[in-house]
Amino acid sequence: MSHDHDHDNELDPFAARVRALETILTRKGLIEPAAIDVIVDTYETKIGPRNGAKVVAKAWSDPDYADWLKRDATAAIESLSYTGRQGEHMQAVFNTEETHNLVVCTLCSCYPWSVLGLPPVWYKAPPYRSRAVIDPRGVLEEFGLTLPASTKIRVWDSTAELRYLVVSMRPAGTEGWSEERLAELVSRDAMIGTALAREPQQTRRPA
Amino acid sequence: MNGPQDLGGQMGFGPVAPETDEPYFHAAWERRALGVTLCAGAMGAWTIDESRHARESLHPADYYSSSYYQIWIKALETLLKRHGFVSERDLEAGEAIDKAAPPKRILKAENVPAVLAKGSPCNRPMAVPARFKPGDAVRTKNLNPTGHTRLPRYARGRQGRIEAVHDGFVFPDSNAHGQGESPQWVYTVVFDGAEIWGEGADPALVVSIDAWESYLEPA
Repeated sequence: MSHDHDHDNELDPFAARVRALETILTRKGLIEPAAIDVIVDTYETKIGPRNGAKVVAKAWSDPDYADWLKRDATAAIESLSYTGRQGEHMQAVFNTEETHNLVVCTLCSCYPWSVLGLPPVWYKAPPYRSRAVIDPRGVLEEFGLTLPASTKIRVWDSTAELRYLVVSMRPAGTEGWSEERLAELVSRDAMIGTALAREPQQTRRPA
Repeated sequence: MNGPQDLGGQMGFGPVAPETDEPYFHAAWERRALGVTLCAGAMGAWTIDESRHARESLHPADYYSSSYYQIWIKALETLLKRHGFVSERDLEAGEAIDKAAPPKRILKAENVPAVLAKGSPCNRPMAVPARFKPGDAVRTKNLNPTGHTRLPRYARGRQGRIEAVHDGFVFPDSNAHGQGESPQWVYTVVFDGAEIWGEGADPALVVSIDAWESYLEPA
């Protein structure tokens, strides 16, 4: 007999609690388990940081698009069909030689789902949420990013419904690269601000 | 409320410890927790502000010892009970025993992509002009409401500068408690690190919050 299903008596207590809740709501006709499947599939396979990376790569390649993204990120991002829940009101913030941007939500876990997907655990957990606003340099060092003391750090605390996307500086040595190739240099963390864009030698793709 | 969620500047939680190649979910039940939470929210009985307030209303010891999806589920149980969809008896038995209040709508699988793509914009037209403009010096009020608020403690009673005027947005402090959307202008307000953290602050630090108009007064 195949065992591709879970046994209730083998579940940890919290898994059992969630299963019970789903069962109660389903039996009452309040939720549809198939809808849960579609939601999970959407956030596990369709929406993720590749969306945001394409936005950043386009901004690097197309000055008009970068300008639009600066002025009206919601519309500029929507033009690439990345819309929706927790991305209704977007703002793109651009790193410069003088200023590095870092995004946090100290009050909960606000995050631009439509361009980055679901947030990582550390983004939602107390260590990051408590320290990003008081010791951002120390936080960045834990990510392996040491910025010069003279670099201004701008921390954006997402206390309202605006969601922030950090646009890194385009790495040198990428002249003539396609948007597709540039997008590979843009990590999730770079779009939160806990990393910079990867350098060209950090990717192993043949030219 | 001055609850466990208001973390900015607190100490003692240790290193951030990012996980390499982190998966979206760390257990199968987390997938269901996400889906159940979104489906239940789609019934339309409560707002995102009410659900945030339910999460931050967990006892601090419970909040800090729970993972984020655990916080979601604990708060969801509160919301479902408050709005008559499940009873304590249902939860204790793990069975559907009591009759549920009628939902406004039920999220069907075929509607999920459209519902997620649409989201829930919460900007609103404003009948009154914005009180502040970019460049204005402002001070955040020293507010300590017992209900929901989005003005973090570290940024109360601080002098800053208006950087941007956004749209009118639903006011969470009232909306979380079923007291109406009462939209207000929202501003990005920037503060020097030293204004917030005082002596020893990183001299190259600038912190911004997005603040509803009633959180602010002219400085």
